[in-house]
Amino acid sequence: MAQATEQTSAPAAATSHRSEVIAFAIMVLVLAVLPAFVYPPFLMKALCFALFACAFNLLIGYVGLLSFGHALYFGWASYFAAHLAKVGKISIPYWAGSWQWVTVTNSPMVPELAIFLAVMGATVLGFIAGSIAIRRQGIYFAMITLALAQMMYFFALQAPFTGGEDGIQPVPRDHLFGLFDLGDDRVLYVFVLVVFLLGFLLIYRVIHSPFGEVLKSIRENEQRAISLGYKTERYKLMAFTLSAAIAGLAGAIKPFVVQNASLTDVHWSMSGEVVLMTLLGGLGTIFGPVVGAFTIIAMQNYLSSFGQWVTIIQGGIFVVCVLLFRRGIIGEIANLFRIRL
Amino acid sequence: MDINLPALFGQLLIGLINGSFYALLSLGLAVIFGMLNIINFAHGAQYMMGAFAAYFLLQFAGLNYWWALIVAPVLVGGVGILIERAFLQWLYKLDHLYGLLLTFGLALVIQGLFRHQYGSSGLPYQIPPQLTGVRDLGFTFLPNYRAWVVVFSLAVCLGTWFMIEKTRLGAYLRAATENPTLVRAFGINVPRMITLTYGFGVGLAALAGVMAAPIYAVNPTMGADIIIVVFAVVVIGGMGSIMGAIVTGFGLGIVEGLTKYFFPEASNTVIFVIMVIVLVTRPAGLFGRAA
Repeated sequence: MAQATEQTSAPAAATSHRSEVIAFAIMVLVLAVLPAFVYPPFLMKALCFALFACAFNLLIGYVGLLSFGHALYFGWASYFAAHLAKVGKISIPYWAGSWQWVTVTNSPMVPELAIFLAVMGATVLGFIAGSIAIRRQGIYFAMITLALAQMMYFFALQAPFTGGEDGIQPVPRDHLFGLFDLGDDRVLYVFVLVVFLLGFLLIYRVIHSPFGEVLKSIRENEQRAISLGYKTERYKLMAFTLSAAIAGLAGAIKPFVVQNASLTDVHWSMSGEVVLMTLLGGLGTIFGPVVGAFTIIAMQNYLSSFGQWVTIIQGGIFVVCVLLFRRGIIGEIANLFRIRL
Repeated sequence: MDINLPALFGQLLIGLINGSFYALLSLGLAVIFGMLNIINFAHGAQYMMGAFAAYFLLQFAGLNYWWALIVAPVLVGGVGILIERAFLQWLYKLDHLYGLLLTFGLALVIQGLFRHQYGSSGLPYQIPPQLTGVRDLGFTFLPNYRAWVVVFSLAVCLGTWFMIEKTRLGAYLRAATENPTLVRAFGINVPRMITLTYGFGVGLAALAGVMAAPIYAVNPTMGADIIIVVFAVVVIGGMGSIMGAIVTGFGLGIVEGLTKYFFPEASNTVIFVIMVIVLVTRPAGLFGRAA
């Protein structure tokens, strides 16, 4: 992916973060005002996907790793959070002559705890999947992540707590920290927005840290990074786990917004959608995934009556982006004005 | 443990059939990857197109199964050649991943169009009259059509192996995979060879689709899930070896069939679990060379 991403940072702007700061201020302003004009539940859903796409972009845009199975972390975190907030039963198997189950908790949890544990769950899944997938490079990495996600899709289909085809619903909207009533759409919007912004800033911080510089050097030339003494496998695994955790955060918020967790979120088509959002917005740009996610979710929303045409158009966008438009929307803008976004 | 022999044999046969399709599809993926350096995500969609081509030929042209076996791969392979000329040829200088993304988009478009037109329920396709009926093997019954699928796909796989490993054309092909510039310098038209290779790989997928049509109903989504399993097969076998792709395809089909008998809950996931085990113990794949 090196060719696509390196063009976006024009040399003159490389020393300045001003364009990014301005763009961030505009984004916060727009997101604060937008609920007055646009249906808030739609915005909240789009924000979840935007954070998901940002997490995905951390891998493809800054480490050059194409994970084609990111729905695994998003969807499973969604299941975890929904289950913990609604049922809250956790059983652990242990061996005592035969397999027994000990029930750790058996009451619905408060949202903050459900979300925290769901993110932990996604992190563990990401660590395991990451340590398997980084054993192969390039195209194989994409195929392995896809296959692992498909495996976990079948587990989600068969596991008793996920509700199979029905999913988990309805997910209750309880009080956050005992104070904020998530049942109120305005409070929920502020909560989702704050989580999104925190996740966004975390990714921004990581990208511009010394750790992020090593990641970018792996993207540009892994062999050279190895020869400089970096244990690139460890860096890749850390980035993968972090990306899975943030994708999990996005997934953990979603059941509180749409009040269900379903198989759609663990299916391979969801993994494809997040790739599309990032590609359309601009691989390796900070704001691209956000713009891409809003565009795709808006398209799905307004074209939902056209059935299969949504899939066909999404496929068409893939083709057009790859052939003519590899920088994506934000990448093209950044390139045009020679700024960094 | 009590073993119900006919049931076990039945699952083994289904496993062999699935293995035939895995082998044909992963063979096509390996041939395409060797020449084009592209992972053809549209392979599943092209397999589905092969099944639909057989259905259309019967409905609208009155051509039966035997004609479809020849005509459908040529037609769908022709579509593949158009795809290569229109889209893929612009990507060879880019990162491999763009090829994956582009063919993924194509797969969405193709599957979406077919679903839009034909819904997601299957269309029936009859077993050709020459191959109906079953053969009594004493301990169990063997449906003729299923035996034919296994034997014929094995023959096609071995034929492809022979062509690539033992003939002059195959030698050009392998040489162009190793060093296209040098082969061009010898006066061989490598770009045309690349185009035809893609057409051939797509044709193999379509052939598998024709054979699948009488077993599974002709269905717009039939290729979407199998392609992910085939990716796992390719990761297990490694794409470096043609024979490796064939052996892995059939072998994993059999393992899947056995799992269906002994531990049915895991039959969907067993190939992925094997993939994980192979990656942990032999990261380059069973037949792969270390990268």
